[in-house]
Formats: sequence, C-alpha cells, structure tokens
Amino acid sequence: MNAPVRTRDAAYVEIEGLRRTFDVSRPWLNRMIERQPRQILRAVDGVAFTIRRGETFALVGESGSGKSTVARMVVGLLPPTGGDVRITGISMTDPRQAVERRRLRRRIQMIFQDPYASMNPRWRVRRIVAEPIRAFNLIQGEAAITGRVGELLTLVGLHPDDGAKYPHEFSGGQRQRVAIARALASEAEFLVGDEPTSALDVSVQAQILNLMRDLQDRLGLTYLFISHNLAVVRHMASRIGVMYLGRVVEIADGRALFTAPKHPYTRMLLDAVPDIGMTGRQRIPVSGEIPNPIDPPSGCAFNPRCPFAKERCRTEVPELIEGVACHAFQERRLPL
Amino acid sequence: MTEPVLSVRNLRVAFANRRGTLTAIDDVSFDIARGEILGVVGESGAGKSVTGSAVIGLIDPPGGIVGGEVRLQGERIDTLSPEAMRRIRGRRIGMIFQDPLTSLNPLYRVGRQLIETIRTHTDLSEKAARGRAIDLLAEVGIPAPERRIDGYPHEFSGGMRQRVVIALALAAEPELIIADEPTTALDVSVQAQIIALLKRLGTERGTAVMLVTHDMGVIAEAADRVAVMYSGRIAEIGPVRDVVTNPLHPYAKGLMGAIPTLAQETDRLAQIPGSMPRLSAIPKGCAFHPRCPSAFTRCVVERPNPIAVGAHQVACHLYDRSEASAA
Repeated sequence: MNAPVRTRDAAYVEIEGLRRTFDVSRPWLNRMIERQPRQILRAVDGVAFTIRRGETFALVGESGSGKSTVARMVVGLLPPTGGDVRITGISMTDPRQAVERRRLRRRIQMIFQDPYASMNPRWRVRRIVAEPIRAFNLIQGEAAITGRVGELLTLVGLHPDDGAKYPHEFSGGQRQRVAIARALASEAEFLVGDEPTSALDVSVQAQILNLMRDLQDRLGLTYLFISHNLAVVRHMASRIGVMYLGRVVEIADGRALFTAPKHPYTRMLLDAVPDIGMTGRQRIPVSGEIPNPIDPPSGCAFNPRCPFAKERCRTEVPELIEGVACHAFQERRLPL
Repeated sequence: MTEPVLSVRNLRVAFANRRGTLTAIDDVSFDIARGEILGVVGESGAGKSVTGSAVIGLIDPPGGIVGGEVRLQGERIDTLSPEAMRRIRGRRIGMIFQDPLTSLNPLYRVGRQLIETIRTHTDLSEKAARGRAIDLLAEVGIPAPERRIDGYPHEFSGGMRQRVVIALALAAEPELIIADEPTTALDVSVQAQIIALLKRLGTERGTAVMLVTHDMGVIAEAADRVAVMYSGRIAEIGPVRDVVTNPLHPYAKGLMGAIPTLAQETDRLAQIPGSMPRLSAIPKGCAFHPRCPSAFTRCVVERPNPIAVGAHQVACHLYDRSEASAA
C-alpha cells in the first residue's frame, strides 16, 4: 500500500471501496437441521465518493439501497467490512490513527430521523445540549456553559428559556432543532443527516431545511444528507449519489442529475416521483421492485428491471466510470 | 345533474375527554362524483384521517359525529345502526390503509381472505369466488395470480401486499373507496404503480375515491380535486391543477411554497412560522390567523365560511367581497 498523499485539501471526506456485509443466517442449530448455508447480506458493496469541504453531498435511494448503512459507517457507528473512510485524511478504521481519530470525532455529528429517540426524556433540554460540551470538556464553568447553550438554542431558532423544558414539551420540528443544537455544541464541522426531515410535516420540513442551509452558510458546515425524497435532495445538495442495492449507480452535480440523468435507474426514479411541479404529467409506468438484497441479481443489480439490459449486464458488474455505473451508457446504447 | 356518490354536509366530529370536548372536524362539506378522485391533504392533526373514518362510521367512543350528515348515493348513512353500517362497509365503501399488514390476517392465505370477502358480499360459489379472486389479483397487477393466490401475506413484498389490500377493497365492487395514506409506506417506484392503479379504477369502473394523504405530490398526480384541511376545517377546495399552481388561501399558498419540487431549483423554501395548533387550543376566529401573514382584525374574531372564488371554495376573509369593497 502506498502512503496516503495529502495534497487534496478540497476533499473533506474520502470514501474508498466501502463494503459492509451482515450475517443474516438462521441460528447454527437450525442451519444444521435444515441443511441451510450461511446467508450473507451485502448491504454496501464497493462504494466510493468524496465530499468537499463546505458542500452538501446527498445519497438517495429506495429502502434497502444501503444509504443509511453508508452514513453509519462514515460517522464510525458501524465498522466497515472492507474499504476505508478518511475524514481530513484521518482513517476511521486504521488502528494506528486512533489518537487523531479521537480528536476528530467531536467534529462529526449525526442527526437522526426521530430526534425523540436520540434524547434522554428525563433530561432537560439544556442538559441535553450541554452534554457534548461537558463530555469533550470544551468550556469550563457552569455560567459559561449555560451561556453557550443559550447561544446554541438561539442559533437554531429557539429561545434560551426553552432549555428548562423537557423533550416531550416540544413539537417534532422543535425537537429536530434541539438535535441540531446538540450536534453543533461540540463545534462540529461535518453533520451527517439520516432522513432528518422525513418524519416532519411539510411546513416544518421547510423550516428545518432552511435552518440547515442558513447554518451551513454561517458556519461553513459540510453535510452528508441521506434521503429517499428526491425533491428535498434537489433542494439541499450540490452533489448527489444515487444508490441501488448497495452500490452507487450514478454520481453527479445536482443540476446535471435532475436535468440530464444518465443511469436508467436514475431516469426511472425521477420519472416515478410524484411531484407538485408536474401536475397531470403522463408518466412512464415503472416495472418491478427492488430485489431481495440477500439474493441480488448477478451482474448489474438493476438488470431485471432495466429496458436496456443485454447479456453483459447479467454477468458483469459495471464499474462507476465518469459518474455512471452502466454498461449500456458506456457502450453508448442509451437514448439521450 | 347526477347525484354525487358521496356527499358530506356540515360534518362535525368531537371527542369528549375529562377536560371537555375537542372538536376534531368542524363544519366540513364536500362531494365526490362518480369516477372522481378527491384528494384530502393536510399536515398531521388537520383532521384528514378523522374525516375518512367518520364517513365509514369508524369513530370509536368517546368520539362521535355531533353534527351534519353523510350521504351515500343520496341515502343518509351517518344515522344508520352499527349493524347496517357494517353491511355497507366493504360492500359499498372499500377501505385501504397505510399499512397493508394490519388489513391482512397473517395466518390465512391471501386467497382465503379474498374468497371470504367475496362470498360475504355476493352469492358466488366457492369455485366462482376463487376465479373472481384470481381476476382481482390480476387486475391490481400481481404477476402469476393463479399461483400467488395460495401465498401468505408475509410472502408478498410491501407493494404487492398493498395491491392485495386494494384487491380486497375491490372485492365487492364498492361505489366509493377511502384510501388513507395508501402509498406512504412504499418506495417511490412502487408508489407510482399504486397511483396509476387508483386512477385506473376511476376511469374504468367509475369508482369514486377519497384519497387522504399528507403528500402533495401524490395528490397532484392522482387527484381530480383537492381539499386542503387545516385544524379540522377545509381551508380551500378546488380542481387540483388550480389549487397547486394558484392557491388562494394563505395556508395553501404557504404549503405549496414549502414543498421542494423537482421541476425547478428554489433557493429558499417558503416558511410558515409556527406549527398547527393543538385541538385543545384552536385559536378563535380563523384557526390560521396566528400564522397568517395577511391576517387582520376580522380574522381574530370571526370564523370565515367557504366563499366561491372561480372554481375554488376558500374559507378566508380576504376573499369576501364586502371586505374588498370596504377596503
């Protein structure tokens, strides 16, 4: 292995060949009696992309595409089976960089879909928001911590007095604001949001999306944004990766992806989304569903649903070349 | 003029609790014509699902209909006995819910559930009912229905299960289908297939559909008319294209602006401050006035009634002619 070259200062997160498998076999005794082999689910299979400092990179895909698994590996909640995640050049897996990684950790925070599940219901909000400050020993003295918590709550559009309340006293949108305040409390610069607005009503979703963009402008944050909602992703992301069955099938700039999608799956997905901007539009019917990830199709995983599939697509997994993983695209067989 | 399949007039639904009565639905009126899909949209707590439950008489005590009337093909159904209502449910009004697993019995094969439903509502023989069940499964787009009919619900994927539930709802050829968030739990590619299926029901069978959802995109694709609900009332109702492109009610305007769209890039989404009031604290006057950018004194004291503006009905004082002439 070559020593990592650290010339790319634009890349904040680098992900290479990321893989993750889960053993979903039945218990040993059942396997013996029923003569079944081990069953391995490949949730993420060779994902690679980079996120530049200060940008919003989004991963979209349907359920089971592996987007959340990637997010969990990026923040270090889940060890990868293979490949590596490097953030500011520091590996999230290499044991030799454990010390640097510990310092890096507080700069990375995650925002979950259900903020209520990630908060201690018996703690007041000021204690919840202060926890990272205390854990990382960032500010000394109770008065200074209280002041900082008030600042953070104001930053996310709440009142400093809200710190005295418990999580259940807030609405869903306000709770998500508390979660963002807590994420920022450790002076985070990289936020990973896993469906952060999916549980919210649209008017509240707009408030949170606007808040996330404002914070990015003010604090220069870098986002990895995971969502199944393409319209939200279009609104938030500068670059987008489309996932299908554990692989990235297309990576493109936001505008390019939505105006000129290349991969047949991306095209199908964009065509399928119900959207208020396209009332009464005639849509092309979509066929089939995502196959079972335990037993994915051979070759390109999309081949059973793809109108352009040929023999090669059924045998050979396409590489991601120029942002598209598709044999038909590389062979210039796709209509433009 | 032909009679609408469903006609709801001044419907009020209230829930009693220890501290008093909470009015979940307040003075809601709408019609659904044959073959028409009416979308009912709103954020959580707007009362859209309760409206659907009230129509099929599924509001459990301590809640109940306290005013207004519900008519199916001109016949009042809100005053029927529970037993008479039970016979209408399933036969004349079909239901589709968000989670198909709650509508299916996991211990019975899909075919048995379909055949049982068909035989309850018709006088077909066992064999004829099985043939009909296979036809229904084929109609909702399940491949190899003659084989799949003997599968259990867990052997079907989410989208396929929802199709089975739609087949169940169709079993007795109802005049009206109430679909409460039928596509919310599904992936987009499957969602599109279910929407297409619902639309086909309207055009081919003349089934009227009440489509309850929070997803404005689904409404825009599927519905002919849309009712936007807020705090238990209809804020605006009109043809879907008009309401989406040219909403009149300030809440509907805010809602449309808050939804990110694929069609164009928006720098900033419109933002409605605050959130929907709780049922226990609905503001006096117009329930939207504390969040409304154009509220004036009358909005605080007087509740607006629906006013016809073009093809829309809007419950907003801004569109009252006497107000405009006074200003």
